[in-house]
Parts: sequence; C-alpha cells; structure tokens
Amino acid sequence: MTAATTEQVMTINMGPQHPSTHGVLRLLLELDGETVVKVTPDIGYLHRGIEKLAEHKTYHQFIPLTDRLDYLAPMSNNMGYALAVEKLLNIKVPKRAQYIRVIMCELTRISSHLLWLATHALDIGAMTVFFYCFRERETLNDLFEMVAGARMNLSYIRIGGVARDLPDGFTEKTRDFVNDFLGRLRDYETLLTKNKIWLMRTKGVGVISAEDAINYGLSGPCVRGSGVRWDVRKSEPYSSYDEMDFIVPVGKNGDVYDRYLVRLEELRQSNEIIRQALDNLPGGEYIADIPDVVLPKKENLKQSMESLIHHFKVVTGGICPPAGEVYACVEAPKGELGYYIVSDGTKNPYRIKIRPPSFVNLEAIEKLVVGRLLADVVAVIGSLDIVLGEIDR
Amino acid sequence: MTEDATIGKRLKAKFPEAVLGGKSFRGELTININKDYIQRAAKFLSEDSESDFDYLSDLCGVDLSRLERSNNFEVVYHLYSIKLNHRVRLKVKIPASNPNIDTVTNVWKTADWHEREAYDMFGIIFNGHPNLQRILTPEGFEGHPLRKDYPLKGRQPETLKGIYRKG
Repeated sequence: MTAATTEQVMTINMGPQHPSTHGVLRLLLELDGETVVKVTPDIGYLHRGIEKLAEHKTYHQFIPLTDRLDYLAPMSNNMGYALAVEKLLNIKVPKRAQYIRVIMCELTRISSHLLWLATHALDIGAMTVFFYCFRERETLNDLFEMVAGARMNLSYIRIGGVARDLPDGFTEKTRDFVNDFLGRLRDYETLLTKNKIWLMRTKGVGVISAEDAINYGLSGPCVRGSGVRWDVRKSEPYSSYDEMDFIVPVGKNGDVYDRYLVRLEELRQSNEIIRQALDNLPGGEYIADIPDVVLPKKENLKQSMESLIHHFKVVTGGICPPAGEVYACVEAPKGELGYYIVSDGTKNPYRIKIRPPSFVNLEAIEKLVVGRLLADVVAVIGSLDIVLGEIDR
Repeated sequence: MTEDATIGKRLKAKFPEAVLGGKSFRGELTININKDYIQRAAKFLSEDSESDFDYLSDLCGVDLSRLERSNNFEVVYHLYSIKLNHRVRLKVKIPASNPNIDTVTNVWKTADWHEREAYDMFGIIFNGHPNLQRILTPEGFEGHPLRKDYPLKGRQPETLKGIYRKG
C-alpha cells in the first residue's frame, strides 16, 4: 500500500476489550498514518493453566476442561483428547461410536464456521449475515442439547466412545437441518460472495504464500486458503473419516477472500459428511466394553450393585495407562489440534501439551498486516478465526 | 506417525554424534538428539528430500524431575511433512540447572511463539531467539509454572497484586 511518508509513528492499543479482536486479544499497533508499521500481539489474558491443572486430574476428569479450550468447537477438543488417550491405552472404539463422533465433529465444525462467518461479516460491516448465522446456530445448539444436555460445554465424547447413545428423534432433526442447510448456505453466498464492498475489503488483503504459510505453521482453512491441500482428516484419517466421501477445498491467492471461500465450501462438505454418516450409521454399542477404562452405563447404576462399585472404582482410582508418550491430532475447525500426553503409568497424566491451532495461526499476524491499512487488521483477524480460549489455555 | 527408521539412520549417517537413540511406541517414532546438534539436525531434517519435515507441529518442554528423577528438562519437537505425510518426534535432554538450547526459529518461523511459551512455562533459554519474552503469564510474574516444583495453587509475591492495581 502507501509507502511511509512521514517519520511520525503512533502507537495505539487495540483490545483487549475490542469487539473485533474476538475475545481478549490485545494488539499494540504502530501506525504511520493509517499504515501498520509493526504489530505486537499481547496474549495470555485468558490463561487458566489448563496444562498444569491436567497434571492434577485423572484422565476422565480432564475432559470437561478440554471444552474450555476452543469453546466454539467443544466436540473437536474432546475428540482430540479422547483419541490421544485411546492411542495411549491402545483400545478400539466401536464403529457406531466412531460415526456418532464424526457427526458431532462435523456439526461442531458447521457451528464454529457459522460463528466465524457471522462475526467476520459483522466486523467488515455486513450485518445481515450475523442474524442468519445465529438462526442456524440455534438449531445446532438444540441438537447438541439433545445429545449432551448442554448447549456449550458438551463433554459428550468420552474415552472409548461417547457418553450416551443418540436420543430418539435426533437423526430426524439432524436430517432436517442437513436438508435445509444447503439452501441457507446459498443465501449467505448471495449476500457476500459477489458483494462489491465485500470483495474490496477482502481481495488481496492479508496475503500469505503457500511456502510462508507452512513455515509459519498455519493449519486448517488458513493454510488451505494459500493452496496447500492438507487436511488431517484425509492425510491421517481417524474415526472412520476414510469411509466418508468429501473433498478438501483449497484457495489460490492466500488472501482473506480465499480463506472465506475455503470455509464456505467446508461448510458444504461437512454437511455432506453428516448426511453420509447418518445414512450409514451402524448399529451396535456407543462405547467400548473395557471395564477398567470405561465407566459403566448410567442406567445400570441404580439397579446393579456391581456397576455401582465398578463406577466408584473407575472414578476414584482413575485409569492407569502404560508409561509412554503419544501425540494425536485432529482437524479441528481452526486447524490441527494436537494433544501430546506423557504418562508415567499413574492415574494422573504426567504432562499434557495442547497444540492449539489458533495460537499458531495468530503468530503469523505480523506477516499478514504489516504494510496494510489499519482497517485491514480487522479483516485479517477475522479471517484467521481465532479463539482466545485455546490460545491462552 | 511413521515406523520407518530410515529417518534416524539418515540423520545418523550425516551427524554420527547427533543421534543418541530412538524408539517406537504406538507407531510413533522418537529420536533422541544431542543438545549441541539440534539446530543442524533440524535443518537437515527439514531439507533432506527423504524426510522433508517442512512443518513444525509442536514444540514444548517437559520437566523430567519426577519421571526419571534425573533433574533434567526435555525439549520435544513434533515434526510433520506435508509432502510425504509422515511424523517424527525429536527429544533433547537439557540439565535443569542450566536450561539452554539453540533456537530452531531459523528453520521454522512457527517455533517463535512455541519457544517463548517453553521459556515462560519452564524457563528454558533458547539461544539466538529473536524475542525471548514471557508470552502467557502477565508482566511481573515470578517463576515458571509448569515446572514440577511449582505448586498448583500458585506462588506469587504480594507485590504482583500491586502491579495489577497500578495497571
């Protein structure tokens, strides 16, 4: 953009209570006129020490804490953690549970992407999209409430499977949503995709090349927007994703607009994955039958003394996986979400390191905004789709 | 992750003293690296055509003091190759009394914040890091919270509360 004309550089503070920083992100911006010369992100306002807390909890007790990482996609967080512990324990999850997990993770992805689209458009000035997206999210939250009893912090995915089977009426309601959703998606596209103001605000803004994107560690839609066809669901399939038929959309220019297009197409693909998973949903158990790891079924607790004792034993004694270390990752809505667990053979994890996609994606912000206008910072933050809950942990 | 041990063998052929050992657990390959060679090993692994680790997934510290009673820290690197779709884990042991190691920010830029976090949480000094400052804990914070000798409830001086009030 415009070259530096004056030598006067002004430092301004953006956040941590700024609506378009999507949480408690604080940016120290150094501006020359309206051009950004330097940006220093200041994070940690939401640091709760989740990794430290994990070392003092049992493997089951940590699941609710994972909800609070990326609070817009709790199922993906549960999923990554459950996969890591299952890998450590070397246990197999029943097919039905795998399919239920896929449905949940994709519903979560839709929910997370809808919130991204709503706020991103709102930041740039397209207000209508916000109301539409929240209408759809309402339906999704109802669905989550049906399976998990909560609307936000779900903790539905458990080690070995899921907490309970799908309730009556869930598949019908989900199918209704899936059938409606494609039309809804077309509505959003008519509002934005060829909107002249939208194009001006997003095209050529926040450009990053494929090589840089990889070097900066971007993942998820951020790296795919630059044309890198890499999706953990395809490259290292987990939970029966290899049985689903879907494509991985990529962009070309690596700008805000391409990342927008990638996410919109991902919404469509997720919708298709849910449809396939519902069509082919296998019967059987929703959680593995491994007595020393999995809690007994809730309905048995009131009738069977043995189940109660068993429940008590697993809750108080925890599960003791073999000593060792594993890293498991999933494709969360924001990118590669990894859990590195070191076990010393006791009931508490020795160390859990969470690899949050937003943390790494935000790191590249300096590369994306320096030399651009102040107003572009808002567009870039929106297109990175950050959630401070998982950045600060 | 790959069980393919050729990565370790190629690294060993290039730097015989760099590789201290390796093992495979649950299909994940782990290579222990000599502390002095981490930068060279990282550069080699990222450029070598048969390993091609262009992506640093994760970098973190681990306090080994309660695990093997050795008074060591460990820096753990999780590498991934987008082109070849395989993973490897590098581990480097460093003494807790003098925790310092060379940075890998010159190989992968993404290491910047990861290393700052490891510094913040464990006090590991990354030599050559462009901006080694605390990242998650507030200004004036004392100690390194993920060390095993740091209590769960925290241990901060009274003066920190004063810092918060002053703003």
